[in-house]
Amino acid sequence: MKAFAYERARDADEAVRAAAAGATFLGGGTNLVDLMKLGVVEPERLVDVTRLPGAVEDLPDGGLRVGASVRNNDLAAHPLVRERYPVLSQALLAGASGQLRNLATTGGNLLQRTRCLYFMDPTKPCNKRRPGSGCPAREGEHSQLAILGWSEQCVATHPSDLAVALAALDATVVTSARRLPIVELHRLPGDEPERDTVLEPGELITAVELPPLAGRSAYRKVRDRASFAFALVSVAAVLRVEDGRVADIRLALGGVAHKPWRATRAEEALRGAAATAESFAAAADDELEQARSLRDNGYKTTIARNTIRRVLEELL
Amino acid sequence: MTLTVNGERIPLRLDTRTTLLDALREHLGLTGSKKGCDHGQCGACTVLIDGRRANSCLALAVAHDDAEITTIEGLANGELHPLQRAFVEHDAFQCGYCTPGQICSAVGMLGEVRAEGAELDEATVRDRMSGNICRCGAYVNIVPAILDAAR
Repeated sequence: MKAFAYERARDADEAVRAAAAGATFLGGGTNLVDLMKLGVVEPERLVDVTRLPGAVEDLPDGGLRVGASVRNNDLAAHPLVRERYPVLSQALLAGASGQLRNLATTGGNLLQRTRCLYFMDPTKPCNKRRPGSGCPAREGEHSQLAILGWSEQCVATHPSDLAVALAALDATVVTSARRLPIVELHRLPGDEPERDTVLEPGELITAVELPPLAGRSAYRKVRDRASFAFALVSVAAVLRVEDGRVADIRLALGGVAHKPWRATRAEEALRGAAATAESFAAAADDELEQARSLRDNGYKTTIARNTIRRVLEELL
Repeated sequence: MTLTVNGERIPLRLDTRTTLLDALREHLGLTGSKKGCDHGQCGACTVLIDGRRANSCLALAVAHDDAEITTIEGLANGELHPLQRAFVEHDAFQCGYCTPGQICSAVGMLGEVRAEGAELDEATVRDRMSGNICRCGAYVNIVPAILDAAR
């Protein structure tokens, strides 16, 4: 690991000032420290933001505000989260391992990098790590990578479970500079795969806000082993049914794209439709019509289709 | 910086790159916590930081200034910790390399499950302990040991 200077911010202003001077934000470190060990990133200066004030606060409208430094396990176990947002608690507990969730923070989880093998290996070309160097994943090991929204430059997937649940919950990300919908935080790779998010350099996530939730919600994650693995496909869903019809539906997919994939086509097909297994299946087909699989990841389309149907049927 | 390790307050001067695991093993001579993968995937380095289980290989020591660390060496209090005793009684290991991490992780996990008021059954133990890999495959005895100690 390359030598670096370390400082600890007492408040957001201090952290932003340090970042403006070139420091990289350090959360729980479960991804960043790993990438530093691998030589994938080599920051010269870290500013630790884990001791910034952060709590889970009840909002007057029935929503919740989650400080960026709240650890993943604390958020998953919080009584208000478990009561109001089962999808969020389930998604968090489906991520990583118990000891990683005790370190990982809310802000850090959203900003974790892809686990694409080529990105993680500094001896290999990678357009995300070294723009213009090429993408060996297109023809190489890509069985875990994207089927939606990828570009010629990059077929990586975003690994967060939390972000997928937040996308289905229409959460708002609060930064040192602005507020933005979570679905606008992460971006598709396009011609700039080196940019995971729309955040400007030095912009700090300070909190995530959840609007009140009416309806049932759930998260289902399909992976190579039963626990402690990244999603092949995951589905976060919020469903409210009135008189047998879909009154509200929000659906987000993980493990399939460079960002949490909000399934807007499926949502549109379902809004007002009969809440039946048949319409769920048709909506899943609508969404996945746009999937373009690589040589070895076509199986993800099938899993995504089946998982959408399964989650929605369970929410009936 | 200062760490309180197994109840003892210890001043330390470390390179910022030093992980908590290396601080414990190389600087303090506490070699119970093991270095397996060194990337947070195997759990052999699991210790308790302020009572919470964590991978010490991914924790920068400097980021945990003033923390209270409990390692496998600090669990026994005159007699074996109930989880240590359960591991012995159930023969919950073969080579033993992952055992300190398994036991520290189980101590933390039981606390988490208690705090949540969640049900503790075999499936929960297997899921919540998935961050600790045993390459000998002693899980068939590890899981009953943890369930036994929880009673």
